Amino acid sequence: MGRYIIRRLLQAIPLLFLISIIVFVLIMNMGDPLVSFAGRNGQVKGKDRERLIRQLGLDQPLYMQYIVWLIGNDWMKIDVNGDGTPDTPGERRGVLRGDLGTSVVTKQPVLKMIGDRLPNTLLLMFTAEIVIIVFALLLGILSAVGQYSWYDNLFTGLSFVGFSMPVPLLALGLIYIFGVYLKRAGLPYFPTVGMFEPSVGKTPEQVLWHMALPIATLSIISIAAYSRFIRSNMLEVSSQDYMRTARSKGLSERLILFKHALKNAALPIVTLIGLDLGFLLAGALVTETIFSWPGMGRLFYDHAVKSDLPVLMGILMLISVSVVFFQIVTDVTYTFLDPRIRYH
Amino acid sequence: MATLSEAVNAAQPDSKPHDLSPSQLAWRKLRQNRAAMFGLVLFGLLLAYIIGGSFVFPEEYANHTDLNIRLQPPSAAHPFGTDPIGRDIMARTIYGGQISLAIGVASVAIALIVGVLVGAFAGYYSGKTDSILMRFTEAVLNIPTLFLLIIAAKYAGDKIQNFNLFGREFSGSLIVIILIIGFTSWMYLARIVRSEFLSLKEREYVTAARALGVKNSRIIFRHVLPNTTAPIIVAATLGIATAILSEAYISFLGLGVRAPTATWGNMLEDATRYIESAPHIWFFPGLMILITVLAINFLGDGLRDALDPRTLAK
Repeated sequence: MGRYIIRRLLQAIPLLFLISIIVFVLIMNMGDPLVSFAGRNGQVKGKDRERLIRQLGLDQPLYMQYIVWLIGNDWMKIDVNGDGTPDTPGERRGVLRGDLGTSVVTKQPVLKMIGDRLPNTLLLMFTAEIVIIVFALLLGILSAVGQYSWYDNLFTGLSFVGFSMPVPLLALGLIYIFGVYLKRAGLPYFPTVGMFEPSVGKTPEQVLWHMALPIATLSIISIAAYSRFIRSNMLEVSSQDYMRTARSKGLSERLILFKHALKNAALPIVTLIGLDLGFLLAGALVTETIFSWPGMGRLFYDHAVKSDLPVLMGILMLISVSVVFFQIVTDVTYTFLDPRIRYH
Repeated sequence: MATLSEAVNAAQPDSKPHDLSPSQLAWRKLRQNRAAMFGLVLFGLLLAYIIGGSFVFPEEYANHTDLNIRLQPPSAAHPFGTDPIGRDIMARTIYGGQISLAIGVASVAIALIVGVLVGAFAGYYSGKTDSILMRFTEAVLNIPTLFLLIIAAKYAGDKIQNFNLFGREFSGSLIVIILIIGFTSWMYLARIVRSEFLSLKEREYVTAARALGVKNSRIIFRHVLPNTTAPIIVAATLGIATAILSEAYISFLGLGVRAPTATWGNMLEDATRYIESAPHIWFFPGLMILITVLAINFLGDGLRDALDPRTLAK
């Protein structure tokens, strides 16, 4: 088991390198980061621009930029004034030494910017994930137990609508009903923008209140997909021999359902959740944008529009690491849950 | 009284399942699937709307702006209301629908070509080719699709000029969006095709073809590939729904297809500003996307059941 984990970790390294190269090549060509360097004061032009390009290393060939991104440039000198002799020592330490670079737009370290947003995203996404799992299990099991009953058909129909739902329509519809309509009717309504009311401050109640609609948006779509998956797994398990054995032993339906069926059906569900967990860091870009939730997805979008390359690179690499990590965790969990599987 | 045709029918009972070709069997199973038939009918109605509608409203009408009638709620003259620059939303959902569907189909076609090629070569040749191609596939799969789409949309952005086709002017960004959705959605197809190839290439008929000296490329495309069509059809059908949603998200974020071409996605672009004052501008295009994706999902789900070889014989 230990050897299996070590092997998987070692295999992850070339994969992450490959991802970083693909993303780097794409990102470095996506736009001119200096357009937004000067902020609202206008563009950087002429000599200043050339100087900045050299300082940021954008005049270097792509592979050199990648090496600097990876291992930094504090071991070499760069030619900032353009006289042909490298004289200014570099300051970057590179990703491998924990330096994700500095944002071109905010001039802040990327690591700090991500660190500021990460808790918001995790708060939103983990809460949503819990809501999703609870409701999906509930609906999935109910549907499977009463296969082809009226409520099974109802859930099936609704779940198709749910996972066909475009996020903007659902989010805007929820805002319209629970934000706008309730407000017009003079009833208590849900806030639709941000994490808290600036006049009240960031209190737990405020954040919880503001989370309601984004979480509803995220959950409804995923519950639909998850509950279908759980239903079909439960049904597949229920036709197995050990289920018939359990019934013929005279076990109660409740025991059969939760001890035998659910435990075996849980396996693919754990995989599904595990593989999704990695992407939690990505947040929900569209949902965060609509609700102005200050998370990672929105950070990515805001800085993609401005071609802030270091920030984009940092976010994508962090997500990739988490995706790869959770894949390994999922596979390892699998062996614990299913003694039939042995990795060598 | 029995008529002649009834007598003939009685003499020739319904052909038995084993007389039918696999595609006839699949069609028979699909017809019995109520959800799939519902999807098919819904999709047919939708096609009638976006194609028939273009005979009712000319394209100039869909792009005609009139600032005197900005953001009007639905009325008899404008059944879906008007948008922030006074264009008729109903006419735009018709022309936007044509483009959204075209994006869905065209980008799936690209994903199909890339996915089938990568999957077929990886599965058939295995060994080093397989591990290189599959590492690459895995790497792309680990990058969240929407993030990849945003980068690609910025990357390719305005690189293609507007063009004319069938006497209509289209934004060059349309081609860009088709390409980037296609090139970010081939990975699952590649995996499906690869796993099919891995098992199929061990069959006797492949060994026989090889023994006869048939070229590898011919074995791949003429002998093995036709046997993988069932899962490919299902994945491609569902892929159209995903592609339409992708277009909606990327256009909603303002990085998608630009004017003058309307799509359901870019009709949603201004939506957040008018949630309260003009809900009709986001409700109707959003609803069209929902109906289309729903129809395709029902159909794809039914196709999966109908084409499943384990249940085909029944």
